[in-house]
Amino acid sequence: MLNKTLHISTSPHLTKGITTVDIMKNVVYALLPVAGYAVYAFGWDALFLLATTTLSAVITEHYLCMWSGKPTTVGDWSAVITGLLLGMTLPPAFPLWMAFLGGVIAIGLGKYVFGGLGNNSFNPALVGRAVLQAAFPVAITTWSAAFVSDRFFGVSSSLLAQPFMKPTYDAVSGATPLSAFKFDGVLTGSYELAFGMVGGSTGETSAIVILAGGLYLASRNMLNWRIPVSILSTVYLFSAIFHLINPETYPTASFMMFSGGLMLGAVFMATDMVASPLTPTGVVIYGVLIGLLIVIIRIWGGLPEGVMYAILLANAVSPHIDKITQNRVYGTTKQRQTA
Amino acid sequence: MSQLVKDPKEKSFFTTLAESPSTNEFIKGIWKDNPVFVQVLGMCPVLAVTNTAENALAMGFATTFVLVMSNILVSLLRNVIPKEVRIASYILIIATFVTITDYAIQAISVDLHKSLGAFISLIVVNCLILSRAEAFASKNTFIPSVLDALGMGLGFVLALFSLGALRELLGNGSLFGMSIFSDNFQEWIVMILPAGGFFTLALWLLLFNILKERRSHGK
Amino acid sequence: MSTVDNIPKNNTSGSKMLQVMGGLGALCALLIVLTYEGTADRIAQLKDEALQQAVFSVLPGTASTQQFYINADQTISTTPSDNAATIFAGYDANGEFTGVAVEASGRGYADIIRILYGYDPVNEKVIGFYVLESKETPGLGDKIEKDESFLANFQSLDVELNESGDGLKNEVITVKSGEKTDEWQVDGITGATISSRAIGAMINASANERLQVIQDNLSVIQNQPKQ
Repeated sequence: MLNKTLHISTSPHLTKGITTVDIMKNVVYALLPVAGYAVYAFGWDALFLLATTTLSAVITEHYLCMWSGKPTTVGDWSAVITGLLLGMTLPPAFPLWMAFLGGVIAIGLGKYVFGGLGNNSFNPALVGRAVLQAAFPVAITTWSAAFVSDRFFGVSSSLLAQPFMKPTYDAVSGATPLSAFKFDGVLTGSYELAFGMVGGSTGETSAIVILAGGLYLASRNMLNWRIPVSILSTVYLFSAIFHLINPETYPTASFMMFSGGLMLGAVFMATDMVASPLTPTGVVIYGVLIGLLIVIIRIWGGLPEGVMYAILLANAVSPHIDKITQNRVYGTTKQRQTA
Repeated sequence: MSQLVKDPKEKSFFTTLAESPSTNEFIKGIWKDNPVFVQVLGMCPVLAVTNTAENALAMGFATTFVLVMSNILVSLLRNVIPKEVRIASYILIIATFVTITDYAIQAISVDLHKSLGAFISLIVVNCLILSRAEAFASKNTFIPSVLDALGMGLGFVLALFSLGALRELLGNGSLFGMSIFSDNFQEWIVMILPAGGFFTLALWLLLFNILKERRSHGK
Repeated sequence: MSTVDNIPKNNTSGSKMLQVMGGLGALCALLIVLTYEGTADRIAQLKDEALQQAVFSVLPGTASTQQFYINADQTISTTPSDNAATIFAGYDANGEFTGVAVEASGRGYADIIRILYGYDPVNEKVIGFYVLESKETPGLGDKIEKDESFLANFQSLDVELNESGDGLKNEVITVKSGEKTDEWQVDGITGATISSRAIGAMINASANERLQVIQDNLSVIQNQPKQ
């Protein structure tokens, strides 16, 4: 990475001291406890799944760089993050061949077609997941329960489904707290939710571990705290209002906060540095938009969970948010007209 | 087409055929000026009704029929139609043949008509047809116009079929409704959804461009 | 590139334009009318066949059908009035009444689903089910057309009317897969919760609305001579 030749570039010439690689490495550190807890809760299934998506993302990045005749960018750790995040959004017993495909799509379609890191308009991991959701709707909504007693004595048969073949499930699938609420009106307790003792995607179940990772990153100034804070407070406020109006049909705000992929999404996905806005006001608008979309999709949408689509939609509008929240150029009176 | 000639002294029958201008009118639509892969025209049916190979072929041939018939009529009437009202006249001609096609498809199969849906009527706004009428048939005589329409039409059929076949194969595990893989095959449902149309089109465009690049470098 | 010379000059007289457009219009109209005349019979016949096929599949043993209309004033007739709903009575090869096919529709997961169900007024049961139109997700929601254990629900689904004559005795409802306990329940499909619930709900709504009228006017339908 170190460039000894004279480097000519436009201002600013001061650097912050921390590089992309530093930040990416720290995000990986923050994700490791989440991954560890996932393995603890779901057993070998989660380990194999996370390893597969990470490997697939890294390999894809490497080969795409090679084929386009550029030096490989695997060393910046961003592919590892994409792979880990993708794995965390998938059900633990998700077939490995589909997970591998997801990693290829996440990097290829989510990142590389736009020109690699720094140019992607969407969070690559979520692009991978969105395609997988559309391609394999059954596999991606078949959940297994957490803390099964024999989770360290083998792997689910569905995980090892042959490539291009349908998985077979050995255990009866469990429901996620959100789908249980949406389709059957069953509420899961807050304690179970906070400690991830529920069915769900591999890395989304334990709110506490995710929040700890977020705090670590925010304290090192490697994560824009405004994004998760504005998302979470919007979801809390919005769902609290609905709960007040009609406690029968709308769940409590704390249920909404701790269920599904909200925590993982708010802390690790929505904060994608490339796909989120740059200005402080813009970031808050972006967070509020995601929060509103999540509640709207969860309450009125056909799907039980809406974090993924909410973030992807907000990613799509973030350049426009930047445009309307641009700072006034110092010394001018009117808003700068952008061509 | 000159790259086909190895030794200019002995031209085979095929090279003579390939070099004749009328063959060129026909061939260009299939490869060099393929309406989908090169001109990127008529995207609406290309993306919307290529979810099965059967739909893709039906749509392709319906479009070809309209294209050939309207090119014939436009080239025959090209000296009669005043310049000022030519677009209106072309649209009138195209709309007529689209309506005829619509009735014909309904008479062939109600199911097919149902799965092609509104896209049959939308052939009328397929820019491919109007562009051939305006750019070619209105300036050329009968025979070249027919050849041009047939070539473009076949190029369109080819493109639609390559999309439809791939999408049906991956999205449904079948081709023309017949299962190809074992029962256990996991369908990629996204491929028969609209999003799959975009993915598949992008893949074929990529492939087409790589091939073209190779050919031009190979010279 | 483009110079003023390239722009066509406005030198055609208006009457010539009109003549050409008029002539072209007449020619096109002629072509369309000819095609319409040539295909109209076959199209009507094909559409009829498709509809009959659907009616036959929801009323087992049916050999011929007859259309009836439920009018806004809750009477049944063979000629349509304004806002009338169509139902189809089925008769077997001997002209014996086999049941009534009723159309129902409702919101599914992707779009409106339209179905046809067969009603046996004598035993007060739904005896057949056919999806007329559905855009449900392939692989998930479209199981409502293919899933055999789901379709088995509609071979004998209890839709008995209550004594007061204002609706069903037991509401038809979709339950979770494998949890069907009563004759009037529909066993749902795992992974197609919304679609299978929509089917139960639309049959329930349609049965509440139509079945009483059909029962009241049974003699009209049963005794209708075959054509």
